[in-house]
Amino acid sequence: MLRFVAARLLQSLVALAIISVVVFVLARATGDPLYLILPMSASQEDFDNARRYLGLDRPYLEQYLSFVGRAAIGDFGTSLRARRPVSELIRERLPNSLKLAVFAMGVSLAMAFPLGIMAAVHKGSGLDRLAQIVSVLGQSLPTFWVAILLVEFVAGRLQWLPAGGIEGFTSYILPGFTLGWFVVAGLMRLLRSGMLEVLDSEYVKLARVKGLGEGRVIWLHALKNALIPVITFAGIYFAILVTTAIVVETVFAWPGLGRLAYEGISSRDFPVIQAVVLTTAAIVAVVNLCVDCLYALIDPRIRYAR
Amino acid sequence: MPAEPTAATLSEAAVAVDAVPRRGWRLPRFPLVVIGLFVAVAVVAPLLGLPDPTAQALRDRFRPPAWQEAGSWTHPLGTDRLGRDLLSRIVWGARVSLAAGVLTVLAASAFGAAVGLTAGYYGGRVDAVLMRVTDATMSFPVILLALILAVTVGPSFANVVTAIAVILWARYARVIRGQVLTLMQLDFVAQARIAGAGPWRIITRHLLPNTLGTLLVLVTLQIGYVIIVEASLSFLGAGIPPPTPAWGSMIAEGRDFVTSAWWVSLFPGLAILLVVLAFNLLGDWLRDTFDPKLRQL
Amino acid sequence: MSGSPPSRPVIDVRDLRTHLVTRWGTVKAVDGVSFAVAEGETLGLVGESGSGKSMTCLSLLRLVPRPAARILGGQVWLDGEDLLAKSEAEMRKIRGRRIAMILQDPMSSLNPVFSIGMQMREAIGLYHGLRGRGLAARAAELLAAVRIPSPAERLRAFPHQLSGGMRQRVVGAMAIAAPPRLLIADEPTTSLDLTIQAQYLGLLEELQERHRLALVFVTHNLGIVARICDRVAVMYAGRIVEMGPVRRLFTRPAHPYSRALLESIPRLGARAARLTAIEGQPPDLARLPAGCAFAPRCASVMERCRVEAPPETVVEAGHVTRCWLEAPGAGATAAGPP
Repeated sequence: MLRFVAARLLQSLVALAIISVVVFVLARATGDPLYLILPMSASQEDFDNARRYLGLDRPYLEQYLSFVGRAAIGDFGTSLRARRPVSELIRERLPNSLKLAVFAMGVSLAMAFPLGIMAAVHKGSGLDRLAQIVSVLGQSLPTFWVAILLVEFVAGRLQWLPAGGIEGFTSYILPGFTLGWFVVAGLMRLLRSGMLEVLDSEYVKLARVKGLGEGRVIWLHALKNALIPVITFAGIYFAILVTTAIVVETVFAWPGLGRLAYEGISSRDFPVIQAVVLTTAAIVAVVNLCVDCLYALIDPRIRYAR
Repeated sequence: MPAEPTAATLSEAAVAVDAVPRRGWRLPRFPLVVIGLFVAVAVVAPLLGLPDPTAQALRDRFRPPAWQEAGSWTHPLGTDRLGRDLLSRIVWGARVSLAAGVLTVLAASAFGAAVGLTAGYYGGRVDAVLMRVTDATMSFPVILLALILAVTVGPSFANVVTAIAVILWARYARVIRGQVLTLMQLDFVAQARIAGAGPWRIITRHLLPNTLGTLLVLVTLQIGYVIIVEASLSFLGAGIPPPTPAWGSMIAEGRDFVTSAWWVSLFPGLAILLVVLAFNLLGDWLRDTFDPKLRQL
Repeated sequence: MSGSPPSRPVIDVRDLRTHLVTRWGTVKAVDGVSFAVAEGETLGLVGESGSGKSMTCLSLLRLVPRPAARILGGQVWLDGEDLLAKSEAEMRKIRGRRIAMILQDPMSSLNPVFSIGMQMREAIGLYHGLRGRGLAARAAELLAAVRIPSPAERLRAFPHQLSGGMRQRVVGAMAIAAPPRLLIADEPTTSLDLTIQAQYLGLLEELQERHRLALVFVTHNLGIVARICDRVAVMYAGRIVEMGPVRRLFTRPAHPYSRALLESIPRLGARAARLTAIEGQPPDLARLPAGCAFAPRCASVMERCRVEAPPETVVEAGHVTRCWLEAPGAGATAAGPP
């Protein structure tokens, strides 16, 4: 088991390394940031000085290595625009994004599980039909459109919930719901189809033959088997939540990583761009690692397959 | 759980015809009609005699849809902030969205399938390396990449397609590789090898045809996703640049006027919803028909 | 072990009917099946795929796949109680405790994500209310009873770590945990290697003897029937077409289908020129012809067979069949419900 975890950890690091290179190259390819930072009247000498000061005149390889070196200890350099350490910016914004993602994920799981399972158990019923509609709609609705409409009607006209910013629990609801909507749809459909398949299996039949109560058959024997693909996708969805939060954060004025990225990209702020992408990738990698470990915990066949 | 009927009622009970109807045995009319309609309209858009989607007419700003009081049938769905006809813009936006969806998915699937087939067939070192790259790619945020490209090289249709395709292929690679691994267990591959077939032949003649079903399902399901991503990008200003009408940017433009001129944001959103819904339903039907076991998609 | 009529049978099935609604029409999976099995007796249930053997067994447990399948009529008397009249809660107490079942494929009948020990303790705990160490000890005892080496260690193992034969033994151990009055074995050896099959059959006989079980053994293999069954019922298209003591059926089969089955077994030393196979195709259960279901393939078919379904006729004491060849005269039924 330990070997399994170690192997996965190594894989994640390799993936991160690849991403760091890509990000580095891209950021450099975005053009010279100096044009945005220095005033119009700056002279060539000013440009050279600035370049030297920011370390932009050193060979690329050196820049990359120093970037990686410092990133490893959490130093992402200084934001070109805000003149503050990037790690500080991230430390401010990241928790907000994480909180929102966790909230959205939590709500989604709480809704998707009972709905998906009950839809499978009562296949063909009204509940099942409803679940299928919700699922298909959820994956077809454009998030930002729903967000706008929600802001207008729920926050604007009805004034039930705040329209943006972070002010207490209620402000999580609209963005969280908007973010999590399609997760509910996807997970519920997975649970439903997974359960349908499992409920047909021989071991479920045997569990019933043994005389076990229906509750135990469904929630223990069937569910644990159906969970396997669900967990994988839950991980993927969480990663998607963290990364597509940009749009939701924009609409709801949420001070998170997404907004930071947007601002950084618009102002060609290399360090910020690099840091955000790396952080996002690191989060995704960590989540995937946890998912894989959870996977191995649930399915003993994986554990012993090494 | 319903109570079991007792013996007395059992003997009298008639057979209830509550057979569970199977999906997949009737063609899905709704999705096909919707997709057909949008595609047809998108293709013949120039010939439809609609007003110029980019023509501004400031006198006509914010006209509501035809069935409302101040509306008229010259602008059936109303006009936007600059007096441009909404219906026409939606039709032209369909061209953009559909083209983006189809092109992106075709490119991603072709490349991804190639990678998946290679990784699955050769296994070993090749597989390990390819899968590492695939995993790294999958964890790169699509929207961020598109944003970066948009800001560096400038927003354009090509950039949107590239940005999405460059990350999307990884999904295809994963799925196809999984399928190939299963296929390799079957005897016909071993038989082909014994018969002297080389890798190219085995891959193209034997493996690929068997993965086409999965590919088709995945492609259909992904078109919807790509359309939404493209719309999100346009919404953020990093997608298709003006003056080309794109549904996402139309929604963004109408954002500040949702109360007063709700139609500006509503109709493009509805268009996205309809198209994506149709593709998703079609993809579901395809999946149920080809192999319900592909539920993971 | 054979021949003598059962005093009061452990299980007495009368005119059981189960219908299945499918896309192609209504299938009469179990169409008026009646049989009885006494304590210590083994009844073999023989037939092709689709003859209704498994559905019959599931119907006894009231575990037919819903909503497509429905038990429509009949009575199932278990030690004097009609199972079809019981509520679902009552049935649940009967399953496993008084009727146990071994399913066919050991690869898939154990839950892959739980250990053997957990699945066994679940059953034992349910039937006996044991816990903790007592529970674990009993589980190990049961594994030992089915001849699994190092039982205590095996309890921690997962199904995929055991061979097919071992898994089937585990399933057997769970089945006798209560111990039940009736054990239904649905082709338990079909997926096992030949050498293991013999061992498993021996094990079943031993368990039956020790616990005085009534055993219903479903199989399509007449060799196994000859080996361990006392009586045998031959099923075709949802009906029992012949039932009687094993020796009787093998030496003097009354129904053409039984005869054909026996003839199709290749024999060593026989100088037959070709193997005889049964002509025709298995019946389309959704579109059964009027009259006898076997008529299209019967070598001795008569006009009557195509028109009217034969009733159950007594050939000898303890030996019944459904065939116009045996029915006395013009359709007067001798015994048993139609």
